[in-house]
Amino acid sequence: MIQTLAFYLFAILVVASGALTILSRNPVHSVLWLIMAFFNAAGLMVLVGAEFIAMLLVIVYVGAVAVLFLFVVMMLDIDFAELRSGFARYWPFGVALVLVLGSEMVIAGGAWEAGGLQLARRAAPTPAGMSNIQALGALIYSRYLYVFEGAGLVLLVAMIGAIVLTHRARGGVRGQKVARQNQRRPQDAIKLVDPAVGQGVSL
Amino acid sequence: MISWFTGFLPYEGAWFVATIIDILVIALPLMLAVAMIIYADRKIWAAMALRRGPNVVGPFGLLQSFADGLKVFLKETIVPSSANRGLFLIAPIITFTVALVAWAVIPFGARAVLADINVGLLYILAVSSLGVYGVVLAGWSSNSKYPFYSAIRAAAQMVSYEVSIGFVLVTVVLWAGSFNMQTIVLAQKGEILGLFNFNGLNPLLFPMSVVFLISSMAETARAPFDLTEAESELVAGYQTEYSSMSFALFWLGEYGNVLLMCALNATLFWGGWLPPIDWAPLYYVPGIIWLFAKILAFFFIFSWVKATVPRYRYDQLMRLGWKIFLPLSLLWVFLVSGWLMLTRYGA
Repeated sequence: MIQTLAFYLFAILVVASGALTILSRNPVHSVLWLIMAFFNAAGLMVLVGAEFIAMLLVIVYVGAVAVLFLFVVMMLDIDFAELRSGFARYWPFGVALVLVLGSEMVIAGGAWEAGGLQLARRAAPTPAGMSNIQALGALIYSRYLYVFEGAGLVLLVAMIGAIVLTHRARGGVRGQKVARQNQRRPQDAIKLVDPAVGQGVSL
Repeated sequence: MISWFTGFLPYEGAWFVATIIDILVIALPLMLAVAMIIYADRKIWAAMALRRGPNVVGPFGLLQSFADGLKVFLKETIVPSSANRGLFLIAPIITFTVALVAWAVIPFGARAVLADINVGLLYILAVSSLGVYGVVLAGWSSNSKYPFYSAIRAAAQMVSYEVSIGFVLVTVVLWAGSFNMQTIVLAQKGEILGLFNFNGLNPLLFPMSVVFLISSMAETARAPFDLTEAESELVAGYQTEYSSMSFALFWLGEYGNVLLMCALNATLFWGGWLPPIDWAPLYYVPGIIWLFAKILAFFFIFSWVKATVPRYRYDQLMRLGWKIFLPLSLLWVFLVSGWLMLTRYGA
């Protein structure tokens, strides 16, 4: 019973915060509702027994990706009037998108009901006596090793690409030379003098 | 405890009541510990500065934190008129809650752990990555310059050090062969020729324990990494606009996080609730006392560092995180996994 209650709690919160993500006027609030949706989705993952995926969802999406979203959105100075001005032009596109997504959901539900793919047979993918992480690791690092490495490579290329694209060499920047800072000693920088009365100090 | 409650409740009700009681059994002593640790911090700091520290309220000033709490409780909560009211009030609650929630997976004894889940360490990583939201939201919703600077600094700092903390945790997980906190503790039993119950002195893991200790100071924004509330530059950082209980919640959450990091240092590298030496009579002392002693030892190190080390510059902080700790911990992941391939999982 507790599982059922938890499921409905998480499910309702995911849907509600998803809706509020697109409905709220303040973009920072939108990002926060998105985070709420991620969080509750992680709760749903825990309920179906995929705790590793749930934790990854929180660590990667909530802990890193959404922080960057929030960063960008907080820095933006958004003009709401301008944001809404394109609405009249784009609403047919939006309706089309809703129709496509809605019909996809109907088709998916129908396929599930018809049982053609026999998804129910895959309901318990984790082998007995093995934790979630071990099962996933055994698959990723043996059977799907090349796919996994390929995905890693794609991410690496994307990262290098992003760095190269945004990097610009700026002139006139005085960087820190840490080795020189560490080598500097008091006797290089300080000179103690004992001037006599009535005399100045030449430095 | 569940079985005792099933005597007069259905199983689910019994589970519910037992879990609530377990949570209270962890959270209430934790709040007391936070109050006393604030006092200890001030006393240690004072002693190192040749001052007396709090000594008026109660014997030796022991009740100082409670007096402060009462005072703060009676103050008026002020919300700046141009602040984003809802987020402004939620931010300290997030910080405080996150600091408490992570304790669910810390093992206090052989069977004393609230949630013995097999992704315990990932859970801690996930929860600690949430901590940044309290700070960022506080800084943004205050609608004030210094808090916002502080929030940006805090976000960059926490995200940077989480990377190296993640790699350090990977070495620990590789060594223990599990993400479960209890297994990680038990894997340290009889380390180093069967003498000691910690792997902090294991030559492969010792550098990582040092990296983790320093990173945990940076992650909790303690001195010398307290740039988020550097009072000479940012007044009080993200807490500037806060007053009364909302300020107190930040304060409690911060020290709760410090205690959590001390507990993690103790659990991951120094044997958690196991006695330090694998010698039978030491096992008569309850595990929670060993864990507490280790937490207090680490807290003393935290206070010691706070009292003696000057604050880092921001570029030094970033350099330490990205250019030193990240490559070092990455290298150590290779070393540890290579060593384990050679010795434990070879062929």
